[in-house]
Amino acid sequence: MSDAPSIRTSSQRIAWAATILVSTLVFIFLIAPILAIMPLSFSSGSYLTYPLPGFSLRWYDDFINSPRWMNSLKNSMIIGVASTLLSMVLGTLAALGLAQWKSRFKPLVLAFVLSPVVVPGVITAVGLYFFFAPIGLTGSYLGLILAHTALATPFVVITVGATLQSFDTNLARAAASLGASPLEAFRRVILPLILPGLASGALFAFATSFDEVVIVLFMAGPEQRTLPREMFSGIRENISPTITAAAVILTTVSVILLATLEGLRRRNERLKGGVT
Amino acid sequence: MTTASLTGADATTNVPLKRRLKRAERARQLKAFALVGPLLLFLLFTFAGPIAGMLWHAVDDREVRQVLPQTVAALAGWDGKDLPDEKAYAALASDLQAARAAGTIAIAAKRLNYAQNGFRTILFSTARNLKAAPEAGTAKETLGKINPAWRERSTWTTIKGASGPITSFYLLGALDLVRNADGAIVAAPPDQAIYREVFARTFLISLGVTALCLMLGFPVAYLLATLPAGRSNLLMIFVLLPFWTSLLVRTCAWIVLLQSKGVVNDSLHWLGIIDEPLRLIYNRFGVCVAMTHVLLPFMILPLYSSMKAISPAYMRAAASLGAPPLTAFLRIYLPQTLPGIGAGSLLVFILALGYYITPALVGGAADQMISYFIALYTTETANWGLASALGAVLLLATVLLALVYGKLVQGQQVTGGMKN
Repeated sequence: MSDAPSIRTSSQRIAWAATILVSTLVFIFLIAPILAIMPLSFSSGSYLTYPLPGFSLRWYDDFINSPRWMNSLKNSMIIGVASTLLSMVLGTLAALGLAQWKSRFKPLVLAFVLSPVVVPGVITAVGLYFFFAPIGLTGSYLGLILAHTALATPFVVITVGATLQSFDTNLARAAASLGASPLEAFRRVILPLILPGLASGALFAFATSFDEVVIVLFMAGPEQRTLPREMFSGIRENISPTITAAAVILTTVSVILLATLEGLRRRNERLKGGVT
Repeated sequence: MTTASLTGADATTNVPLKRRLKRAERARQLKAFALVGPLLLFLLFTFAGPIAGMLWHAVDDREVRQVLPQTVAALAGWDGKDLPDEKAYAALASDLQAARAAGTIAIAAKRLNYAQNGFRTILFSTARNLKAAPEAGTAKETLGKINPAWRERSTWTTIKGASGPITSFYLLGALDLVRNADGAIVAAPPDQAIYREVFARTFLISLGVTALCLMLGFPVAYLLATLPAGRSNLLMIFVLLPFWTSLLVRTCAWIVLLQSKGVVNDSLHWLGIIDEPLRLIYNRFGVCVAMTHVLLPFMILPLYSSMKAISPAYMRAAASLGAPPLTAFLRIYLPQTLPGIGAGSLLVFILALGYYITPALVGGAADQMISYFIALYTTETANWGLASALGAVLLLATVLLALVYGKLVQGQQVTGGMKN
């Protein structure tokens, strides 16, 4: 193996081969379930077994013609987009503030801002259920959007914060010395430079909301059920091929998000490599 | 600007430059904090407030006091050694009649039934049979005739124990403890004592999943950190794709793979290894496999970043000083990965502790973790006090572990993208 880390002895060769073997098995373990579920959605039969009896798009047809599934997809989009926008505004402002703020309380504030990620979903969900029910925010879009925003904002703060760390503040000073107002300097100098970071933050935020199910379980009325929520009840009752079609749609969205994020990361690395 | 004009300006404003700088800095800091403010307010409303509310529900005990206010007042001075006096009986009779008219008995009955099985019946039958207010001085006799339970001291200690306004009842209950008639904390009766076992199970499953993730993740992280960037970036997709794939899709996939007519059983049957399908899902095995799959990327990514930071020069130096490969690995490489191992393991363990969806979908009745019971008592049986108390214990465990995690990754960059 040409990649091997300076292999000299046979025991090292064995260790390296074992690493590759185990890793290959783990990679199969990680990816096989996701790959295995996909062909089933194109099956012409009603059972989730291999070999497939034939190829058909009937389960996608089923999905598209089902008001229940289409409504859930629509809800996921509405709640996802709205909570992304809201978390972008709150998270970006906070990241900008935290980058300049010097105080011994900063680690405490940062820990608080990031805590929605660590606290178990059930605890947040139960708390919100008790808190939002008396003020009429359960069974409403607004309640879910607010809850998902709370979960998504930490990712925006992390991503945008990381971008700001590598941002050269001299550029903002240069803009100011050339007569730009703070707002203008932000819009024309800072914003374009941190835009990739903002985009990654938005992707994380959207993915968080699009994938979230525990809070939706507690808070959504029949009208606000999202795609993961429909999948949850579908899996509980009886897994039909329509669920595998929904799974493929969800996975496609994830792949698009991941590919965009990876593209942003590469672009960022290229730019960094070019400048310094 | 020349030096002369600067001194001139200073002289006219008469404010030292240092102080003006300080003032400008203070304004800057205030502005910075103002930018963080909206998010803090928002999280107060959508996160901290609700969780504080949940914690409050774990100790809140006002149902009995609302429905039986006179009784609670009459029992305030009762020492609990003997039966309470006539005044308390009269107060109870009056409270019960009022509550029956208002239709609020069920609220108190529910709470008292948590503390003493069968209390609901006592309360309802008494209220039903209490035709008119007992004549002065006969309340004790009347109530005792309707239900002999009112001649028992324990019936009254139950009411006194539930008269609030705050209680340790639910928190003790979450740890399988109760107060007996004398107010001492004792173990709950075995048929009600299930939560210690549930917590132990939750810890055990989380620990097992963490160990599996470490065993499977370590070689992968090592491979990714050692390979040249091009190849490792390519292989990274195998880690990132599952990481980004919906939790439900992955859980659903495991059900499809592991069910009795699933791919795994079919393949094993076809290969002639088994005759009967193995039971691979809706049990502990299925829970561990699915949770390990979901949490493995959270182990690999921190391990990878800690290994990436280890310079290969150390290993070369060890080798050049004559260390055999195994010794060099154990004494030079492994110690340097310890922060990564610690961070990854803690992260996986913390996330596993709070898991709800995966065990709920692929576990049997005996594999449900603590989150399941919190959800159950919130939505199904509406025992909010117990749900909150169990939540408080889980939250405490999470926060303590998160503090350790925070200490561990201090200075390192926090890896984003944690999903639950």
